[in-house]
Amino acid sequence: MLTLDCPYCGVAAEETELHGGGEAHLKRFGPASSDEDFEGYLFMRENPKGVNFERWRHVNGCGKWFHAARCTMTLEVFGTYSAQTTEPPKALLAKIKKKRPQWPGYGAEK
Amino acid sequence: MKRYSAFAVAREAVRYHQGWERAWASPQPKKRYDVVIVGAGGHGLATAFYLGKNFGITNVAIIEKGWLGGGNTGRNTTIIRSNYLQDPSAAIYEKARSLYETMSQDLNYNVMFSPRGVMMLAQTQSEIRGYERTAHANAYQGVKTEFIGPQRVKELCPIINIDGPRYPVLGALWQARGGTARHDAVAWGYARACSDMGMDIIQKCEVTGVRQNAGKVVGVDTTKGAIDCDKLAIVVAGHSGELAGMAGFRLPMESVALQALVSEPIKPCMDVVVMANTVHGYMSQSDKGEMVIGGGTDGFNNYTQRGSFHHIEETVRALVETFPMISRLKMLRQWGGIVDVTGDRSPVITKTPLGNCFMNGGWGTGGFKSIPGSGWAMAELVAKGEPGPLAAAFGMDRFKEGRFIDESVAAGVAH
Repeated sequence: MLTLDCPYCGVAAEETELHGGGEAHLKRFGPASSDEDFEGYLFMRENPKGVNFERWRHVNGCGKWFHAARCTMTLEVFGTYSAQTTEPPKALLAKIKKKRPQWPGYGAEK
Repeated sequence: MKRYSAFAVAREAVRYHQGWERAWASPQPKKRYDVVIVGAGGHGLATAFYLGKNFGITNVAIIEKGWLGGGNTGRNTTIIRSNYLQDPSAAIYEKARSLYETMSQDLNYNVMFSPRGVMMLAQTQSEIRGYERTAHANAYQGVKTEFIGPQRVKELCPIINIDGPRYPVLGALWQARGGTARHDAVAWGYARACSDMGMDIIQKCEVTGVRQNAGKVVGVDTTKGAIDCDKLAIVVAGHSGELAGMAGFRLPMESVALQALVSEPIKPCMDVVVMANTVHGYMSQSDKGEMVIGGGTDGFNNYTQRGSFHHIEETVRALVETFPMISRLKMLRQWGGIVDVTGDRSPVITKTPLGNCFMNGGWGTGGFKSIPGSGWAMAELVAKGEPGPLAAAFGMDRFKEGRFIDESVAAGVAH
């Protein structure tokens, strides 16, 4: 079972207490933006086979939203971090890069 | 190709079965093909088959990373139905269902299509309204379905408990011409027919790159060397995003795991397919006697072909109320497949930013039932370069234009 450490309440939360919130760090485009940007924000997803940054909510716990870095190939969890950020923390990126030298890096596919 | 027939069985019976030939060839790839199809699952093979049958294009290679039909084609619950709400979905799924009816004859391969009837239980008031609406829509679309009451449900499937305390059965959407088919046989039958037309099915050959020149595809790099092609068709289900990444465009899709499981084999006890969408469970009985059970998808991106264990518990717990007799059944096997899900839960059969590259994917949890219709529509798109009437609504541009084919509400979760 997937277990994520909630960065707010500190509980090692099991999958049944969590709710997935999809891709993290989407840049929001509103109605005034171009069609391409609006479509990209609403529908287009990285969907990587490998390192994935995503949003989670500790729904049956403290109720807070947070971020997690996880591998969609092995289900390995690299770490969790606060929702109050627009990009993953540098220390976490370095940790992933050390474990996965082949990984092109955050944002490389965008 | 030698035809399969009762006569052939009798002939081989007196020859110690020495005369059977291999169903399909396993050649090395040629340098160049008119069309390269990535993915030898049901959809890829059906695309190849209808390219040859409907358009006479037979210089085709079907490239497969693993083995033929080893992805979602071999990992589903084999349900075939076409009782969709939206017109474009009803059209393509009904086309597929009607092609399944004659598939064994068309392919000279017994796909064991069993039109035993599919029942989608209404267990809440909103489901009753939803399915009545779907039944009316289907009548208008020419898809034969009807909304039936709980007593008729009990007659059709006596093992159902219609008076469950939490989720009583209030009625059902009944499609008598829906049913199941042998999933591997669908892939094998198409493969045999494609091979017979001179197409090359190349297994254990992974595509590692899409070679391009001036905005067009010129070929693919594979683990068996480079292969040139005039047109490229990407039909890879859960890995659509990977292939699109190689080709350099993005897709409105996410890949998640969908699970199914089978019980130990028991005596025949239900001869219909029952889907209970409120509780996320569906069940039918295979010819071997196993109860084939499917559930919902996991809530996070996943490429592992394994699903979360608690989903099995939820599915089985829900089904036990509706089918009390399964409470003592032992479960035999469980497996997961990677399905690519789009924003509106409908597939894409689409042109791509690369002029001669076409994409078929996003079937989510409804891929198996659509195989022949999807292949039919995709073959037309690849052959003509423009979508035909079946595929026209499924273009990827619908997300930009807000022209959704919204089946996420209409079809419930089980799809």
